Amino acid sequence: MRHSLREAFNRIRSFFRKDPLDQELNQEMASHLEMAVEENISRGISAEEARRQALVRFGGIQRSLELHRESRGLPWLDVLTQDLRFTFRTLKRDYGFTMIAVLILALGIGANITVFSVVNTILLRPLPFRNPQQLVRIVEKDPKAGESSKTYTADATQDFQQRNRCFQSVSGYFAFTGPDNFKLIGNGQPVPATGILVAEGFFQTLGVDPSLGRSFRSEEFVKHAKPVALLSYPFWKRQFGGDRSIVGRAIDLSNTSVTVIGVLPNTFDFGSVFSPGAKVDLFVPYIMDDFRDDGNDLALVGRLKEGVTLAEAQSEADQLFPQLYFDHKHPQIDAQTGKGVYTGQLTRLKDYIAGKLRRSLIVLWCAVGLILLIVCVNLSNLLLARLAARSKEFGMRSALGARRGRIVRQLLTESIVLAAAGAAFGLGLAYVTIRYLAHQGSIALPLLSMVRVDGTVLGWTLLIAVAAAVLFGSAPGGRMSSGNLQDLLKDSGGHGASDGRKHSRLRSTLVVTEIALACVLLVGAGLLLRSFLRVLELDLGFEPSHAAAISLDFDDGEKPATRAAKWREIVEHISSIPGVETAGIADNLPMSRNRSWGIAAKGEQKLNDRDFIPVFVYIVSPGYLKAMGMRLLEGRDITWHDILDNRKVVIINETVARRLWPGRNPIGRPAFAGGAEAEVIGVIADVRESGAEDNAGAQMYLPATKQFGPEGAYLVLRSKLPSTALARSVMMALRRIDPGQPATEFKSIQALVDRATSPRRFFVLLVGIFAGLGLLLAALGIYGVISYSVTRQRPEIGVRMALGATEARVQLDVIWRTMQLTLVGISVGFVASLAVSRLIAALLFRTAPGDPLTFAGMIVLLGTVALLAGYLPARRASKIDPMIALRSN
Amino acid sequence: MSQSKLDLLQGTLDVMVLQTLEVLGPLHGYGIARRIEQISGNQVLLNQGTIYASLVRLQQRGWIAAKWGTSDNNRRAKFYSITKAGKKQLAQDTVYWQRLSGVMGRVLAMHGEGGEQ
Repeated sequence: MRHSLREAFNRIRSFFRKDPLDQELNQEMASHLEMAVEENISRGISAEEARRQALVRFGGIQRSLELHRESRGLPWLDVLTQDLRFTFRTLKRDYGFTMIAVLILALGIGANITVFSVVNTILLRPLPFRNPQQLVRIVEKDPKAGESSKTYTADATQDFQQRNRCFQSVSGYFAFTGPDNFKLIGNGQPVPATGILVAEGFFQTLGVDPSLGRSFRSEEFVKHAKPVALLSYPFWKRQFGGDRSIVGRAIDLSNTSVTVIGVLPNTFDFGSVFSPGAKVDLFVPYIMDDFRDDGNDLALVGRLKEGVTLAEAQSEADQLFPQLYFDHKHPQIDAQTGKGVYTGQLTRLKDYIAGKLRRSLIVLWCAVGLILLIVCVNLSNLLLARLAARSKEFGMRSALGARRGRIVRQLLTESIVLAAAGAAFGLGLAYVTIRYLAHQGSIALPLLSMVRVDGTVLGWTLLIAVAAAVLFGSAPGGRMSSGNLQDLLKDSGGHGASDGRKHSRLRSTLVVTEIALACVLLVGAGLLLRSFLRVLELDLGFEPSHAAAISLDFDDGEKPATRAAKWREIVEHISSIPGVETAGIADNLPMSRNRSWGIAAKGEQKLNDRDFIPVFVYIVSPGYLKAMGMRLLEGRDITWHDILDNRKVVIINETVARRLWPGRNPIGRPAFAGGAEAEVIGVIADVRESGAEDNAGAQMYLPATKQFGPEGAYLVLRSKLPSTALARSVMMALRRIDPGQPATEFKSIQALVDRATSPRRFFVLLVGIFAGLGLLLAALGIYGVISYSVTRQRPEIGVRMALGATEARVQLDVIWRTMQLTLVGISVGFVASLAVSRLIAALLFRTAPGDPLTFAGMIVLLGTVALLAGYLPARRASKIDPMIALRSN
Repeated sequence: MSQSKLDLLQGTLDVMVLQTLEVLGPLHGYGIARRIEQISGNQVLLNQGTIYASLVRLQQRGWIAAKWGTSDNNRRAKFYSITKAGKKQLAQDTVYWQRLSGVMGRVLAMHGEGGEQ
């Protein structure tokens, strides 16, 4: 065995030392011949004859050299390099063809790599945590009340932590943090920062260790503990220039001195996992005792014990959760069932994050696969056309002794070289796109920031490049290996129109396939686009254009009266700025975080728990509804008088009115809202609060005097002026009232809506681009085939024109041929589209899978483009001069 | 005549080269080729040039070593000599060829007997 290993090694070595080895052999052979000549002469033969005999005995110097090379080197690699060299020469000569082929392939492969890396990150790759398959997200079984029903109280969390047997640890984070809820005060203007409150053991549960410093300790989760914070890596880099000595130092966060205890690793991106698109700057402890009375606010994550299955944990949760108390002081028991109100649905964290996107991503993946298929068909077609043009060359090579296998191998080498070049450029294209996508905060897709080109992606690239090469190389290769080379040689003479019938039939089939595939893509994209338009034309319940919001900072000492006074001052100042139509303040904006409280109609009887319906609650100032463009249907807005007189009032939306006072006018009726009695003073149109596609839920609006916890507030103003024009004067006004106002940016309300629709926009955009690409490629394919057939039929057309056929007649014939191909393609595509549209039905929004308008529109579009592609060669055909056409033959 | 010369079986040339070097010590390509021709009584059809493919093969397997030197009549030539591994290989090959030729002889002899019956 040892000698074969040594031989293999030596063969490889020799392959790279071709020249010195050849030289040495030449010397050796020369001295061999001289010795032979000498010996012959010594036997008395004339010098000339001696040399002749020596050469005869030696038997071919070139042959010996080749034999030597074969037995010492890697002969197959020699052949390959030869093929490659020849391929490069040919492709360089056919510059135009090569450019188009590589461009098409780069687009197709690049799109595939991009989509695959997104799919890989969101669906395939495990989460970037230790043993991520053990991580589980816990939410209510029927999350009907938005975020509030995906969260649990501090009491319930603690009970579950103590009583479960299936989890190594259970922890969570405060789910109602708004962006920029802290301000970092240091040198210069205060900087807004987003901080997430995390419960004890949160990072240990995820298996994330700080890259610098340490994690939180138990004593930091008790009331009045010394405040500490962990920084996110980007925030540390941005605000502290990556200064390692920051650990252990105190920073000023919203006028509190907080000690930095560590920096989290760059790989940990809280936003991309738990709150897509959000940037999180720092983490602080969630101290349970501070939140005992605040209701559901912890989003729970648990790590299963080794060997515990999800089903086991779920059956335990089904037992435990109904026993949990909302609040130890006020146990809530359902009167009918005698059980608690909680349920717990366990979902693997990965599935929780990616589950909703699975279908969309798979559709996207299929769409991009279709594109690659179209690209391959198109290239097959181009290569076949080229094959026909090169048949003379192949015939010649075969006549000179090249075996058929060698020619087929040459063709496959060309395919592989093209695919490799396409893959290389495609990879570059994908790399740029992926980098762009990963930095798109405006697309609310989870894990998007972690999309990158990794080993798996490179492997996939290789796979699709090879698959593509085989796919588009097999048609010309197969044709070459099955056809008769001699026929090919004769064929290229171009006598008569009957030649190459088989050839053009194959090409027509390819074009029909292309049109059918493009049709499927177009219809799919059309349906998704129509769904997206439906989403856009939805009545949101507010007017997003011409409105902008800014996060506010104010110190109210947690006193509602102070807050009301501050709010009034701010609203009045801002409203007086020229250009501002109205202004108002609310603690929450639509389509961002939400929380729910309860509301009930107050009647004669004592209220029971079941009389309450969960509602999203907004604490607002007068003017907010108008600034947001919400429509008051009945009654009136909250006024400053209500607030000054501390009157208990509430505005409800239609849904609440319908459910609590069906068929009656709710204005003036007493309700029990947010823990106190309040009079209903207004009804507004439903507002979609959590996303454009979700149905509007129950909502209520309470005046600014309501106690509502420590969260922030947003100033919303409506103006025809762009927010950049107002920013300076608004900021100056705010600074006059509160010098601590951080330099936050205006966010347009439209951007909030755009963010909510961004996943759909993202998918529609991509599928739309793919469909456009498919259409373009199909058009190219049609053009190629028709143009080719026109070229081949030149003499025939010449004869017909000489015999009196008109230009129009010739044009019509060519167009008719295009029509035939297109009609067959569209018919096949139509049937396929009907099937495919059923598969994507779940992704559609208020659009039927067989939406006739979309189908008709897309088919007309495809048909028009196809005709256009056929018209160009048709025009050329009609311009043929019969004399020239006949003579050139 | 060349038609009456023996075609070399695959692999036999390598054994001949090894045996020649084993018996005669270091030799150049021409020397080896001539020696084989002489020993075989000019019965082997050998294009002398093919010997170099065999030599490089044996060398790459580590069975012979090569060194440039000077021939008897002062000519630069590459001299080949058998290595330890080459000797071992030759011993194996010798046994193999002897068994094979023995078997071949017997089989062909059997054919002759059958003809007599």
